[in-house]
This record gives sequence, C-alpha cells and structure tokens, in this order.
Amino acid sequence: MNKSVFIGALTAAGLAAAAAPAATLDEVKERGVLNCGVSTGVPGFEAPNADGEWEGFDVDVCRAVAAAVLDDAKAVEFVPTTGKTRFTALASGEVDMLSRVTTWTFSRDVDLKFEFVGVNYYDGQGFMVPKELGVTSATELDGATVCIQTGTTTELNLADYFRVNNMSYEPVPIETQTEAQQQYLAGACDVYTTDSSALASVRSSFADASAHTILPEIISKEPLGPLVRHGDNEWGDIVRWTLNALIAAEELGVTSANIGELSAAAGDNPEINRLLGTEGNLGEMLGLDAQWAVRAISAGGNFGESFERHIGENTPIGLARGLNAQWTAGGLMYSPPFR
Amino acid sequence: MSDTHAQTVAYVRETMLPERAPPATVVGPIGWARENLFSSPANTVITLVALAFVYLIFSILIPWASHNTWSATSLADCREMTGKDHGAACWGVINERWRQILFGNYPEHLRWRPILDLVLLGVALAPILFTNLPRKMLYFSAAYPFIMPWLIWGGTVWVPVLAAMGFVIGFLVIKFGEEVLGSLLAMVLAVVVALVWWLFLLSPLSDVLSSILPIGLEPIGSSRDIGGLLLAFVIGVVAIGCSLPIGIVLALGRQSNLLIVKTLCVGFIEFIRGVPLITLLFVASTLLNIFMPPGTNFDIVLRVIIMVTLFSSAYMAEVIRGGLAALPKGQYEGGDSLGLNYWQAQRLIIMPQALKISIPGIVSTFIGLFKDTTLVSVIGLMDPIGWATAIRADTAWIGVLWELYAFIAVLFFIVCFGMSRYSMYLERKLKTSH
Repeated sequence: MNKSVFIGALTAAGLAAAAAPAATLDEVKERGVLNCGVSTGVPGFEAPNADGEWEGFDVDVCRAVAAAVLDDAKAVEFVPTTGKTRFTALASGEVDMLSRVTTWTFSRDVDLKFEFVGVNYYDGQGFMVPKELGVTSATELDGATVCIQTGTTTELNLADYFRVNNMSYEPVPIETQTEAQQQYLAGACDVYTTDSSALASVRSSFADASAHTILPEIISKEPLGPLVRHGDNEWGDIVRWTLNALIAAEELGVTSANIGELSAAAGDNPEINRLLGTEGNLGEMLGLDAQWAVRAISAGGNFGESFERHIGENTPIGLARGLNAQWTAGGLMYSPPFR
Repeated sequence: MSDTHAQTVAYVRETMLPERAPPATVVGPIGWARENLFSSPANTVITLVALAFVYLIFSILIPWASHNTWSATSLADCREMTGKDHGAACWGVINERWRQILFGNYPEHLRWRPILDLVLLGVALAPILFTNLPRKMLYFSAAYPFIMPWLIWGGTVWVPVLAAMGFVIGFLVIKFGEEVLGSLLAMVLAVVVALVWWLFLLSPLSDVLSSILPIGLEPIGSSRDIGGLLLAFVIGVVAIGCSLPIGIVLALGRQSNLLIVKTLCVGFIEFIRGVPLITLLFVASTLLNIFMPPGTNFDIVLRVIIMVTLFSSAYMAEVIRGGLAALPKGQYEGGDSLGLNYWQAQRLIIMPQALKISIPGIVSTFIGLFKDTTLVSVIGLMDPIGWATAIRADTAWIGVLWELYAFIAVLFFIVCFGMSRYSMYLERKLKTSH
C-alpha cells in the first residue's frame, strides 16, 4: 500500500511537472503577480529604497515584463535570491524569471536547463588602480600585488591573463567585496580586480573617487541577462521580446516622454508602429494584447533611459555605455527586428 | 569598694566612644578598589592593562560614534557634514532605514499588529512566569500561539480557531478513547485524527465558515514582506514556543521502554544534531521546492520555521534529558510507589524538577536559536542581516558598514541579554535548596 501511494504521488508530481511548463503565462495572469528573482542587493542593479520598493537596472526588466503581461509595473513580487539559491528558485518554479546579474554561460544554459533570453549588460573583469601609480594599461601591471576574491572565476581569469602576457603578480586573497574595499584603501594591494560594474560601484563609495582609475582592459566576458526555465518557450518569448522591445525602443527613439504621442496613432515609421501595436499583430502572436510593448516601455523608459537612471554616468555608479551602447553607436546592443 | 578602684586605676572611661567611620582606604569606592582591583601586584598589573584596553576601545569608539550625522541622506552627505573621509559614523543610514531593519517590508499601516503581538506575548508569558498572578490568565497563554500568527499574517479568523479545534479534538479522542483502546493506542489515534483534521479538513472548513461569517484581519501581501527583526522574532518565538514541548516529548521518548518510540526519538535527535542548521535551511528553501509539484505554494517562512523548530527541539531534548538524568532514581520510584500513572508522575514529580535543573541549558538553547535566525539571510530571506546587505546596495549608502551592524548588534544584545537575565532571576526564584 505504501508503494502504491508513493507511485501515485510520483505520478501526480510528474503530471503536474509535465503540465506546468506551458502555463507560466497563465499562472502569472491567474496569480496577478510576477515572481521575479533578484539578488539580495547589487548597487545600481537591484536594491530596495527607503520605502521598500525595489529599484535598479535589472529590476526595470522585471517591471517591464509585469507591465506587458499584467498591465501593472508594480505587480511584481521580488524574491531575493543568493548565488546559491537562485537556480533552484527558478528551476522549482518559485520564481517565473531571474533578473539578477547572472552571467550567461554554456553550462548554465545547457546543463542547468535554463534559457537566457538576452543580455542587458555586457560586463567583464577589469582592474582598478590608484591614479598616483601612474598606470594607464593593464599590461604595465607586472609584479603588482592584486586583491582578488578567492574561489571565483575572476581568480582564474586573472591567472590566465597574466600568464598570456608573460607577467607575474602577487595575489592578496580576500573573501568579500567589502573586505576588498578596505584592503585596497588601506594599500594592502596595488590593484583590485573584479567585474568592472562592481569596480565602479566600489569606486563610487570612496571619499575621493577621482583618485582611482579603472583601466581600459577588460579581460573576461560576462554577459549578464535575464533567464527563464527550459520548456516554456511561449513564456521565454515574452521575456525575450520585452527586453528586445526596450532595446529597440532606444534605437528607434521611443522614450517614456514621447511614447504616448507615438502610440496614439500609426506614424511614419512602420517598425515603430509594429512595436507599439498601431500596426500589425505582434502582441497577439505573443499571446498578449497590442499595447504590450507600450506598457513595457512606459514602465521604466527604454533601455537607455533605464541605464542612465540607475547606472549611467550621472549616477554615483557612473558607468559609461561602452559595450552596452546601441550597435548604431558602436556598442553590442542589437535587437532583432520587430517584424 | 569604689575607693580601691579609684586608687588603682588613674582613669576609667565610663561612656562608650562614638563609633568612628572606618578609614577611607577600607570602605567606599577606594576600599572596594583596593580590595578588588589592587589587592596584589599581579592584580594591579591586570587592572591597569584592562583599564588601558578599555580606554583604547572607547577612545576609538566614542569619537567615531559621537558625530551628529542623523540627518544625512547619503554617505557623501555624511562626509560633507563631518568633514572627514574616515573615522566618523554616518548615522543617517539608521535614521532613514531603521524601520526596515525592524519590520522589513511589513505594510506600514499594519505595523501595530506585530507590536500588539509583542505586548500580548508579555501578557501570555506573565502567568507562566509569575505564579502569584490569577490562574485564569493561563487560558490566554494557551490561546496565544493561535492569536500570534493570525495577527502577523492576517486573514480569516477561522483558520486559527479551527487549528485550535484540532487540539481539542485530539484531547477528546484521548479522553474518551483511553478506556476503550488503552492509553497508547488512544494517543496514536489522537495524533492521527488531529493530523487529518489539520491537513485535509481545516482549509475547506475555514473557507466555508469564512464565506458564512467573514471575520478577519487584512492579510499581508506575502510572507516575504515580514522582514528585519520582526522576521527574527517570528521565527525565534514560534521555534522557541514549539521546541520546548517537542523537546520534552522527545526526551521522554528517548527514555521510553517502548522500542519503536525510543528508536524513532533517538534517530531523530541524532540525525538532526548531526546536520548543520544551514543545511536544513537549504533543504527548506531549495530541496523541498524540487520535491513538491511545481506551483505548490508552501510558504517559505513557514518552511524555515519548521526546520528551525525541528533543529532546536533536538537540542532541547538533549538538554532536558540532562535534567531527567540528574534526578535521583528515588524520585521515579517515589512516583511509582504513590500509585501515580506515567503521565501523572511526569507532570507532578519528574518534570517540575527536571525542568528546573535544565533552565540554564534551556535558555542558552533559546538564545542560540534566536541568534541562529540570522542564518536565514543565506537563503535570501530578509532578516536584519539581509536588510543590511540590501541597504548597502543603495547607491546613497554604498560603503556604509559598521553603523548598520552596530545597530543590529545592539538590537540582538538587548533581546539576548534580557533572556539571560531573566533565566538567572528564574533560577533564583525556583531555588529550593537553601
């Protein structure tokens, strides 16, 4: 009897698992809230403000998806996840999507059975040095002491880079970013290396940020992007094209300021018309209504607006667009056509 | 006669001298210091070193802490106000975010509920702790475990009422089944019936009742809104409240003569004690999710509470077993010779003594448990530590560190110190061997 109960439970779980994938959109609609996995706090990318509202560059993607699907950018339940719990949270269905500075890698995409829907920030490992050292390029770092977080890919990247360039270095192993900050400021190391967006936020906390410089060399590829589970392609399409809509909107000059005007009636640019649903039936193909992209873009502005508001050069983080500029401006941001 | 005396002694004092105050070097602050701090060369050296150490700490701490930066809105603001880049506390972050460290995202207009809960906790504990209070107050103490989660989570009143009914039903089964089935079978049956009631009948019944008579509180949006010290309290208080009775049962089970009961209890205790709490938390947050069918919404806070309760009840069982082992055998035999049955003997003779012996151990387990609640930040729950991380990710406060942790340390110290002083009071009060 025990066995049959067990098998019955297994079947039920299997059935539920088999039935679940196709239904993320329906589930979200029925729930009325999008469960979006974020990190427990990365400056500029995700952090709760004084009123407890989550804000940031990654958070804007969640809000855009919620606005597109549920017509309410506030209908998001942000689930803080740590580096250890993020993938199980997504795989088990606790969250509908992850948008939390997660690097797109082969094994995560293939082996862990996730679907990275795109890239919203091209990050890479960089170096920060005090200006007074007079170093202008990473190739001049031979013999430097380097503060590095142990047990991370940054450590391996660093070893590779110095070996390839035939240079030597002395590592100062540290555990957390906070510790790195203290060690670096105390002069325990000449160089601090980690992802360049994190370097920027660390630098922004320094009393005299201008005394430190981030070297131009980027020695690894860290494409960060939102991801969903394998197996529900309809849902993956919605998240992917919501992100693409934000990127395309910037390229096409659609901003939160002029979107009301542009979406009121069909204009001269057919691609804008298709994006904003005044022409064609792209929204219908996604299983949403025609106005989906209008809501997504209105939620937090287009890609460029969101970038400037949270991590751009006028924020304390002060990141330049660099690789994250539109392809028309020499960057890598390139949305497939809305057709 | 008096003449002889007058001739042999020149002078006799006929009145007592008034008592003089002892010399200043023996009493008062100086005397105390001489006796306690400078009684020997070694003691003097230790005192001076310790004083220098304390001075060193305070000479760093006080200048750091005594900056009036309460109105600052960012770290840069603080630096401007104090004119210092380092070595000045930036209290603006506490001023702006203390509500989040205390309550997390708990809805602002409902925050009276957790506060009321805390007050009621005092009321519920009072009759247990102070025996001179009216015994009728114990009824409220019994009801409190059902009122507390209801106040925190809100929702219909019928869920806690029906949950309490489960205990009543179990009790009735024992009371009336005992004669027919014998005490052991009746107890097993009671547990089964109560579990069936809670797992299968409770939610449909509460739906029906709340549609007939919708009494309730405004529910909070999601358990994840419970954060900060409130989360630590919710996990701590529930786990403390549940682990004591479960621990008692486990400790008794471990001493039982029934092989299966004993094996189960020993197995449970040893398994849980052999596993770190953080592992259990990961099981709660990730593994359970994978085992359950997708879409099951098993509250994460509830999962964590269950795991923390299991963990602490295993430790509690061992603490109480220590108390049981310390009782002389005569106490057990005395109970038997009086003709008391097992439960009567436990209730009237064994437990009052065993628990009294175990008080220090029980309270240290409680304190440890309360501090262990900070581990939940590792699985992404926003307890005070989790909020500290999140607040430091705000671009206005990147780089602020000590202020947040100092604030959290003070909060935890107040609670834990309170518990420890209370246990000392309790020990003195219950001391019978004068």
